[in-house]
Amino acid sequence: MSGQTITRSQLSEAVYQEVGLSRNESADLLESVLTEMSQALARGETVKISSFGSFSVREKGQRIGRNPKTGEEVPIMPRKVLVFRPSQLLKSRINTAAQEDHGGA
Amino acid sequence: MTKSELIARIAELNPHLYQRDVERIVSTIFDEIASALARGDRVELRGFGAFSVKHRDARVGRNPRTGETVSVDAKAAPYFKTGKQLRELLNGGESV
Repeated sequence: MSGQTITRSQLSEAVYQEVGLSRNESADLLESVLTEMSQALARGETVKISSFGSFSVREKGQRIGRNPKTGEEVPIMPRKVLVFRPSQLLKSRINTAAQEDHGGA
Repeated sequence: MTKSELIARIAELNPHLYQRDVERIVSTIFDEIASALARGDRVELRGFGAFSVKHRDARVGRNPRTGETVSVDAKAAPYFKTGKQLRELLNGGESV
């Protein structure tokens, strides 16, 4: 396993290589994809990307938490969390690669 | 929102691009993320979130219907951690 971290710059470079746009425009398009997805999620929509996975928003109720350092009880307010469910295809792609790398271990 | 709705929206915002190119752009993005994860890399998109691969050890599971024990192999699972800005946006924070 290589264990590198891929960021916006490598993703927009891939877009740049794939389509004949400038590097700048490729970066802007990547940003606009992330923004549109974020805004749909903020509206409470589920974002389904076929063969990749789906992102949905789950509402969490209020609960009592505890400050682990002081032991003090603090209320955790109701909030929204994002859940990513990978598609079957993405899961199998990752597992096939992992098995080739580690001989199944 | 589906992938095709996302493509339609990006195409609408970029009238100078062919729909076909927008499709390739959007597909390339998700494909690159998937390939990176398949290589065991992490993908960090500040403000949006980070994709990584978590390794699950082999375990003995149980068929909940029959109660029969089954061995579950070790596997790798994709994982997404929401970025701070997106988490704030979901909870009524300022927009990205």
